[in-house]
Amino acid sequence: MTATEARPGETTRAAPVLNFEDVVLGFDGVTALNGVTFQVDPGELFAVIGPNGAGKTSIFNVLSGVYRPQRGTVRFGDEDLIGRRPHTIARLGIARTFQNIELFSNLTVLDNLMLGRHLHHPYGVLAALGWIGKARRNELANREAVEEIVDFLELAQWRRLPVGLLPYGVQKRVELGRALASQPKLLLLDEPVAGMNLEETEDMARFILDIRDELGLPMVMVEHDMGLVMDLADRIMVIDFGRPIRTGTPKEVATDPDVVRAYLGEEHRVVERS
Amino acid sequence: MTARTGRPLLYLSYGQDMALLNTSAKRGWTLVLAIGAVALPFLLTDDLLVVLATACVASIGAIGLNIVTGYGGQVSLGHAFFLGIGAYTAAAISGDPDSTRLIGFGITSVPIWLLGAGLVAGLAGLIVSPLAARLRGLYLAVVTLGLVFIGEHIFKHWKHLTGGVGVGRPAAVPELFGIQFAVDGEVFTKAQKLYLLMLVLLVIFGVLARNLVRSRVGRALAAVRDRDLAAEVIGVDVTRYKLIAFAVSSFYAGVAGALLYVMIGFVEPGSFNLALSVQYIAMILIGGVATISGSVLGALFITLLPRVTRELPAVLPFISSSSGSGGITVFQVETILYGLLIIGFLIFEPRGLFGIWNRLRTYWKSWPFSH
Repeated sequence: MTATEARPGETTRAAPVLNFEDVVLGFDGVTALNGVTFQVDPGELFAVIGPNGAGKTSIFNVLSGVYRPQRGTVRFGDEDLIGRRPHTIARLGIARTFQNIELFSNLTVLDNLMLGRHLHHPYGVLAALGWIGKARRNELANREAVEEIVDFLELAQWRRLPVGLLPYGVQKRVELGRALASQPKLLLLDEPVAGMNLEETEDMARFILDIRDELGLPMVMVEHDMGLVMDLADRIMVIDFGRPIRTGTPKEVATDPDVVRAYLGEEHRVVERS
Repeated sequence: MTARTGRPLLYLSYGQDMALLNTSAKRGWTLVLAIGAVALPFLLTDDLLVVLATACVASIGAIGLNIVTGYGGQVSLGHAFFLGIGAYTAAAISGDPDSTRLIGFGITSVPIWLLGAGLVAGLAGLIVSPLAARLRGLYLAVVTLGLVFIGEHIFKHWKHLTGGVGVGRPAAVPELFGIQFAVDGEVFTKAQKLYLLMLVLLVIFGVLARNLVRSRVGRALAAVRDRDLAAEVIGVDVTRYKLIAFAVSSFYAGVAGALLYVMIGFVEPGSFNLALSVQYIAMILIGGVATISGSVLGALFITLLPRVTRELPAVLPFISSSSGSGGITVFQVETILYGLLIIGFLIFEPRGLFGIWNRLRTYWKSWPFSH
């Protein structure tokens, strides 16, 4: 697999993978998203940043079908995502991780990853009861694919443990693995390094880079760790109060006076890092 | 297969690793257990064999409840309803076709009425499962509780099917390849034959259930139980799997219900009440939630319990065996014991008998190093 080279700013862009257009989402009196528009290009790592409550996770929940916006269009390839139920969106090839880990904590790492492959090599209830022929073949095929993820994310030593017993950083990694196991066409990462120490953050950054380089997978990432975002992202969208302030390369965003005022603080400078 | 000799835990394929009996210890103990179970009819008295046969059937029912409640996470108090449907479907299919009092089709072959009972109960489960898709936790428990009362009402009044209160009807007639299981034969007694039949059926339904829960279906059920939002986001159709859980569970209940009264030979419409549902809840709580072997252990435990309490009046004089003479009766002791056991297990060993077994196994695995 090769990474699709489509750098932002170029005049000839490939068709975007994801088209999020003028989305408005409100809960009674509160407006969570107020006209958010962005595109994600093939192979791109697109980051969304903003203060707490700015609507970052709401974008993800619209994308994965948990919330239904009042206005706007969301297109993934040729498919319209609005009004679809989450499991049919997963079927289109969108996988996500959650801000607060949403693993199946009673199940082992292997079972969690196998669940990531729920839609691959499916078989029915009757086949499952017999565990012969198709069911067995498909289970073995999925197991083989899962072991590749185990290798890729260096999870071998925890394979058989229930994820509830694992350290926080490893759980985050298992969740990433579960999303990857579904062989998605778009990966949504909701704060992949939230609450991690430096070492764990660096591990995660390495995995994210590996995913981009080896799989060429377009990603949307919500993150508070500015250093990580500036280092990894191709383009960044800054939102505040459900409204996009600026979208651009890390350099453009970091020097934008509106962004600096709204989010980074008056005195903050991160330009040197990129 | 050949490479396994010498290094029993060296797996050379995922197939070996994922096999049901993937260690030599498991294979060895399963063999011992199988030999023991088959030898029992020649070692025990007939009345004990009947209790054990009942335990085998109860195990099938408990496995069914564990699929929906343990794996699927949907607390159902309606198990007695589905047991009842199974019992009457089987009784009707194998019933006397010439009877003017009762419905009967005269098909006594075990596989036919067993499958019929399972399918009809499974269908009933499928019909009520949309409730499960909309409700959860206590709300679902209360609604399924309602099922039991509806069922009781129907069973008491549909006299053509059930015979009516206090009268009842004969249970399903077990006959297979010309062998009548419910009558004493020349070689085997009735109890011996019934025990072996129920044992074989338990093994079949146990292995099927074990396969189901380790498959993608079982994983999806557990996913829905643990976190339904995450399950849906990774592509599990939550509604569909709740439906599957209810249908499969009710199928098992139907099968168990069909067999349960074969030993007594008689079905009474009043038996399918809340107490029966609670008994099955007790089985899976005491045996171990979300385990197949736990369901069997729990069913054995609960079925053997009355047998033990019946011996109590001889030891403890303040317990009487009938309600006429003062003091508390064995039946009251039984009810109290159910309650105490459920509470005790929930507090001290939520993983049930299976959890205790697991801890013993770990202890011996690492012996003499306890940690």
